[in-house]
This record gives sequence, structure tokens and C-alpha cells, in this order.
Amino acid sequence: MAERLYRDSYEVQASAYESAGDASASIKRKLKQMGVDSTILRRIAVASYEAELNLIIHSQGGQLVMEMTPEEIRLISRDVGPGIADIDQALQEGFSTASEEARDLGFGAGMGLPNMKRNADSFDISSKLGEGTTIHMGFRIA
Amino acid sequence: MNESRFHSVRLDREKCMGCTNCLKRCPTEAIRVRGGRAHIIDERCIDCGECIRVCDHHAKYAQTDPLSVIEQFKYKIALPAPSLYGQFKRQISREQILEGLLRIGFDDVYEVAAGADIVTRALRENMRSLTPDRYPVISSACPVIVRLIRVRFPELISHIADVRQPMEVAAMVARSEFCKKNRVDPKDVGCFFITPCAAKVTAIRNPMTITHSALDGAISMIEIYGLLASRMKNLNFHVGRTTSTAYGVGWANSGGEASAVCPENSMAVDGIENVIRVLEEIENNKLRNLMFFEGAACTGGCVGGPLTFENNYVARNAIRALMGGCDQTHPDAAVESSYLNKYHLYTDRSVTPNSVMKLDDDLVEAMRKMEEMEAIVRKLPGYDCGSCGSPTCRTFAEDIVRGYCTQMDCIHILKDQLKIMAQKMVELAKTTRE
Repeated sequence: MAERLYRDSYEVQASAYESAGDASASIKRKLKQMGVDSTILRRIAVASYEAELNLIIHSQGGQLVMEMTPEEIRLISRDVGPGIADIDQALQEGFSTASEEARDLGFGAGMGLPNMKRNADSFDISSKLGEGTTIHMGFRIA
Repeated sequence: MNESRFHSVRLDREKCMGCTNCLKRCPTEAIRVRGGRAHIIDERCIDCGECIRVCDHHAKYAQTDPLSVIEQFKYKIALPAPSLYGQFKRQISREQILEGLLRIGFDDVYEVAAGADIVTRALRENMRSLTPDRYPVISSACPVIVRLIRVRFPELISHIADVRQPMEVAAMVARSEFCKKNRVDPKDVGCFFITPCAAKVTAIRNPMTITHSALDGAISMIEIYGLLASRMKNLNFHVGRTTSTAYGVGWANSGGEASAVCPENSMAVDGIENVIRVLEEIENNKLRNLMFFEGAACTGGCVGGPLTFENNYVARNAIRALMGGCDQTHPDAAVESSYLNKYHLYTDRSVTPNSVMKLDDDLVEAMRKMEEMEAIVRKLPGYDCGSCGSPTCRTFAEDIVRGYCTQMDCIHILKDQLKIMAQKMVELAKTTRE
């Protein structure tokens, strides 16, 4: 029998600050309803919010996907955008390439990727300059 | 009635018209309209009283104790919430209000504002010893917020403050001091909170953070308002019973607690929808440097409680004016340290999560139900009209999955189905004629 998989997907627009947090809030609400343990849920909430914000701030638009099996929850962020020149540098706390506009709104503290990495059990990032970035995060639930 | 299921917020079925006002405003989606009448789901209700406020037909009410309940005790002590001080238009002193309470039948009065002073000092002491993961500490003064966290933010339970609410501390001190002074048995003394809201009534009957309440009942502010106002006429003397500081009195307003407990780094939010938004931020670790969070379900804080008489903005101003004339000493200095050791100021029960929002206890089954729910949501119009009796299309889908209703309860789906049926009947009529 095939493993049960629940999938939830959101399109996130670039610079859509007015709806920032909607996708991650929806993911969080659904996971709560499905009874995911609250400490894991909080880590997913933080990571998905950061991923959503990165799509808004840095990309030209992308997708935030949540996949769930009885063993694991995966968050996948895929975007079309500038890509990341130096991933190691981008993973350092406090490093940010956020625009003036984003910084004026209080974003761009350089904690996005580090927060995702810290909260996820597995973290994988790949990026191509001028094409886009894909991030896979895994959270064990069983 | 089973006390663990006790709720102060009730429905008067006779008055209910089955409209959608309360349905749409409930922050925990605890109301459904079925059979033309509203119905409160006990497990979800957090006694915030939003439905009492929005019901045009006054079909929602708060079950409080009648004033006559005090007669069950030989000695009666009134514990007025600080918000009571903001209920009078003309300049009335705290002393006059306390004297008025004695005149309506109480043997003694003790200010809950004085309890708030003690709690302020205890909270400040307690917060020094907490581990970083407990921050921001979330105030437990508003019982609605504690219940809201149980239902909607279980991961924030560990942030809830460990100190009892001011009314509980005030009742412990009041009873103990009264018994000592008058050499009476504590069993003969009844402590009654003069309450601005329904949630405090529930917190006394069915406490969340403590095993037993020190209070024997709660009397609605609005219920005794007329009587109290009439007994306060021609009172010119001062009885000197006030012991609270401006800080304790300030707890009546939103921000009063936060500025007393943690002026350095705190945040105060009022109005339950606003509190929910900020709790979401805390949950997302967006406020990780914050030390203290005060959330009040009612707009303006306790002065905005559903059982108050005065407009909350007017009352808020009255409290501010009154604070000016109070002792300005901070509770750190005003409250004797002996209170911290003499009374059991800390909570003795951990708050348990309320899993009523969960679709199923079994994860795989919950996943299946979520998929089913989403398939139903896609078929629904998304108007969130409430005609089906559920607050939103999403909740309606959830109710179907849980087996409480069927898709035909949606009038829009029903209309479409009727249209198809009508067409079929026309076609049928045509074929039979030929």
C-alpha cells in the first residue's frame, strides 16, 4: 500500500507584503488541526514563516509546499529569482541582501536562512544564479 | 452541573433568533446555529463574552451569582475589581465606593487592586529566576487568554505566568486578615469578587492554573451598580480602607499590568482578535526579545468587560484620573516582603492543552479527514455567509467531516441541486408527453 501523503501548496508573490504570513499561518492552522505535536509545530511555524518571507523579499515569486507523511513533514520552497551567489555566506546569521524597502519594513535581519536551518531536522538548499533557489526542509514527527 | 464543564456564558433559547452575529464573532468557532437557535460548544468556549456583546437580542448572558448568595455566609467580604472604580461619572473616591459596598451588605472589603500590587511584586521576583525559554512571560490575569492559549496556542502554555491572579491573592489575604482580626473560623467567611466579566466567574468555578479558588462567588458589576450608586449618596467621610497603589489600580486598564510588572520590556494588547494576532507572532518567534506580554480579551482591558456599566473609554479615563491621586510608590517598595512568604502566591496546577480543534486522535485518520475537508471546501462558494449555521465555509466543511451536518445544509449547494432537479423534471415532463 502506498504511503499516505498529504500535500498543501501555496503560490507566494514577490513583494506581497500585505499578505505576508498568510501561507505559513494556513500551514500552521492545518497542522494544528491534524494534531501535530506542539513543539514540532512551533519549529515548522518559524521555518515556514521565514521561507515565505524570503520568497516575498528576495524572489520574483515562488511556491511554498508542505508535504506530510505519518513520519515526516517536509517544507519545500521553490522560487524564480536572482539565486544566491554564496550559500555559506547567506547561511551566516546577520548576513542579508534585503532591499531598502524590505529593511524599512523591519525585515532583512539576516536570520531567515539560519532560522530555517536551526529549526529543521534536515535542511538542503540549492541555488542557481539568475534562475532561482530551492530549499528542502524535513521535520521528523514519528 | 459538572464543574469542569462549567461556563458562565450562556444562551437564552427563548430570545435567540438564530441570526449569525455571535456565530461570526466567536474567536474559537464555538458557536453553531442549528434548528434556528444558537448552540455553544462547551469544549471550545473560552468565556470571552464577545457573543454577549454582539447579540442584539440579548440572548447571550453571563451566569453570575446573585447578591443574595452572600447570605450563605456569616461574614461576607467584597473584593472589588479595580475596574469598578472607573464606573462612576462624578468624582467619587475609592473610599466612597468601598464604603458603599459595606452599606449593601458586606462586613468587610478588600481591594483586588491591593492583590494586584502583591502579584506585581511576586511576578517581578519570579521572573528573575526563569530560564530564557520561558520568555516572554504571558500574563495569566485575563482568564480568557489562558483558555485561548489552551485551545489555539498550546505551544505557548509554558510561557504562562506562575503567579496567581490578583483576585485570588486578594481573597487569600482578605480572609486571613479578617479571621485574625475578628477571631473567626475561615469557614464562616465568604469572599465575593465584584466582577467586570464572565470569564472570572468561570475562573472561580472551574480554575485552570490552580486547584481551588479562594473565592466563594462572583457578583456582576452591572447587577449591583444601581444599588451601590444609591448607597453611595451623601457619603462624605473617608473610611481609610484603601491600601492599593496607583499601579494596582492601573491594572483595570490595558497596559496597567505590563507597566507595573515589566516597564523595561513589555507589551500590552487589548481586544481578543488583536491578542490572537500577537500570539501568532510570539508563536513564530518574532518577539523573542520581549520579556512580558499582557493580553486582555476586552477592548481597553478590564474596564471593557461585558459586565461593566460605563463606556470603556470613559472608564479608562476615570481610572487614569483616579491613579493620579493614589500612592505612587511602586509595589516593589509598597508591598511588604512578608506577603511573598506568608501566602501561597504561586499556581499549583499546570495548564493542559485543549485538543478540541484536532480532527482526530489518530494522525493518519486526521490527515484523511483534512483531505476530505479540503475537497469539500473546494465545492463550497466561499461566501462565509453563515446560513448553514457554521461560522465559515471552512468550519462547515470541518463539521461535515466530523459528521455534524451534510452538504445540503449549504443553501447555495442546495439551490444548485434544486436547479438541476428542476431541469430534470422539465425534461421528464417533456419525455412523458411525447
